[in-house]
Amino acid sequence: MHGPARTLARLVRAVSRKLGRSGGTTAPGRLLLRISPGALRRMGGELDDGSVLVSATNGKTTTAAMVAATLEGAGRSVVHNRAGSNMAWGVATALLDAGREPGQIGLFEVDEAWLPSVAKELRPRLLLLANLFRDQLDRYGELESLADRWAELASGPGAPPELVLNADDPLVADLGRDRDGVTYFGLEDDSQALPELQHAADSKHCRNCGAAYHYDAVYLGHMGRYRCPSCGRERPRPDVAATRVRLRGMSGSDVDLRTPEGDLSLRLPAPGLYNVYNAIAATATALRLGVPPDTVRAALEGFGGAFGRVETIPVGERELSILLIKNPAGANEVLRTITLEDGALDLWVALNDRIADGRDVSWIWDADFELLRGRVRRVTCSGTRAEEMAVRLKYAALGAQIEVDRDLGGSLDAALAATPGTRLFALPTYTALLDLRDLLSRRGLAARWSA
Amino acid sequence: MPALRVCALYPELMNIYADRGNIAVLRSRCEWRGIGFELSSASLGDPVDADAHDLFYLGGGQDRDQVAVAGDMVATKRDALHAAAERGAVVLAVCGGYQLLGHSYELGNEALPGVGLVDLHTVREPGPRLIGNCAIEADLGGGERVIAGFENHGGRTYLGPGEAPLGRVISGHGNNGRDGLEGVRRGNVIGTYLHGPLLPKNAWLADRLIELALGVELDPLPDDSLEDAAHAAAKRAAGAA
Repeated sequence: MHGPARTLARLVRAVSRKLGRSGGTTAPGRLLLRISPGALRRMGGELDDGSVLVSATNGKTTTAAMVAATLEGAGRSVVHNRAGSNMAWGVATALLDAGREPGQIGLFEVDEAWLPSVAKELRPRLLLLANLFRDQLDRYGELESLADRWAELASGPGAPPELVLNADDPLVADLGRDRDGVTYFGLEDDSQALPELQHAADSKHCRNCGAAYHYDAVYLGHMGRYRCPSCGRERPRPDVAATRVRLRGMSGSDVDLRTPEGDLSLRLPAPGLYNVYNAIAATATALRLGVPPDTVRAALEGFGGAFGRVETIPVGERELSILLIKNPAGANEVLRTITLEDGALDLWVALNDRIADGRDVSWIWDADFELLRGRVRRVTCSGTRAEEMAVRLKYAALGAQIEVDRDLGGSLDAALAATPGTRLFALPTYTALLDLRDLLSRRGLAARWSA
Repeated sequence: MPALRVCALYPELMNIYADRGNIAVLRSRCEWRGIGFELSSASLGDPVDADAHDLFYLGGGQDRDQVAVAGDMVATKRDALHAAAERGAVVLAVCGGYQLLGHSYELGNEALPGVGLVDLHTVREPGPRLIGNCAIEADLGGGERVIAGFENHGGRTYLGPGEAPLGRVISGHGNNGRDGLEGVRRGNVIGTYLHGPLLPKNAWLADRLIELALGVELDPLPDDSLEDAAHAAAKRAAGAA
């Protein structure tokens, strides 16, 4: 009998939403799982249309939100942890919030490390795995051991019947090699290729034989068209592929897709190559879930961004364009995207070292801030480790004026005031993004986040 | 003034915590003083010329890469590293690289060989990884100074009876979480668990390493205010401000 546990958890939710910033996205689920450890399995089992899990180092919130938009466009009833609370209790809270209705499908983004245990409880019908990059080594440990745990999940007993996998990420592509029910997605436009592997590239060696991969094209981090010169293992041919990509800076991208259900041309409002990847992943998943191609296109073309990952907010005379940075590969893509803009850039970068950011800020030295050389007029460094970001940028030799102020609000105001143009780019880490959103909503400039 | 000749050991394998930050800081701080900077690298199978480098750098790696590096370093680089250390070259080994400086790294039934530049051994014991901000007090000539950084290691390192640590732990875990010692120093051979971009947080240490490697005394740079602030921030994060 789980009714009383759920009632109590709902009560906690009501109270915590009155009190806290997190919008009560974790506390109710945390309590529920404590007093009723099987609750996730039971609530998941009540979903008529089963569950879909989405995981990745980068882009899981956005990709899940894109898939949700396509499902909702198709009239499906979606239970979704859209606020990005992605550990077991976040999923539990989303299920608790939704209540029970007929015809529901669960769509949950799940933290990389939590994925095996959440999948064991929810037994998803489909699992979308988009990428694995080095991230928060103090929390996740190293990439190889995470990949081992994912491999067990993807091929071990009780593996999900359907997988959607990124063909361009060698670690992820390997997960589908020895099983059926796999849909691969990837990029096939060499105009987006980088001249060489980026420094932050992680998975450069074949997991089969240990030899270094040869890349015919590198698109993002270690994602690209690769083959092993020693054992011959190569990138699987994607079922859903972006055959032509044109990036339009902060205004989005035009993408032509080849899918098993015909070609699809998308005009995406979400900027950057990383969002192209998110959109291909979402398309592959939505099509597997029976969403018609036209509905997929309409949903992705109307997609305004997930929960503050990328957004532009008017502040007085200026616009504040906010782009989350949280690990080397993700930060590199943000840097690539903003360098597509014309003119000298004004930046505000906020580096926090709270638990959700990773306590270890070493990663900023793996990100290629050198991409900004000669492109930045002025940069303000803020956050709990502002000074270390400032040193990082000094040694990147940007040729920009560097200001340091740990105080988010004060430094943001000063940066806005000192911006001669119309736009300031804000690059916060995760908890700095939460703080920034709070600050802007207190000033009535941005809607308060709610789950 | 002669150029600083740096040899990065296995840079494509031993770089897990953004170790290139250390190289970047050495490079800039040389160049800003008009000291040349020459960077070369040696990876699996590559021989090393003991006389061609003033400073050897070895960073941290994932377990699998560390296994490959351990065997290769003993087979192809041990003698040259001993010769280089003998003539006073600086060897800076960080995190996973530090664990390979001594006799061995025991991981359950397996033992990775070390190059034996210093008298220490490392053991993977039951218990949690030692993770967090860390600050130590070290004297590299000129009195005790703080080195602040971040550590994240499963192995516990124990120094032999005659071996000196790099410093004493002010806050954090250090070599093994028990004896209050951190790292190792024998002459110009230095090992530490303070990983990845250690020198950006401790610009004074970068300068000191350049001095030790070249046998010179450096003038201070005109504006180290950002570096000083970052050093203070790293100390504060470790609770050692």
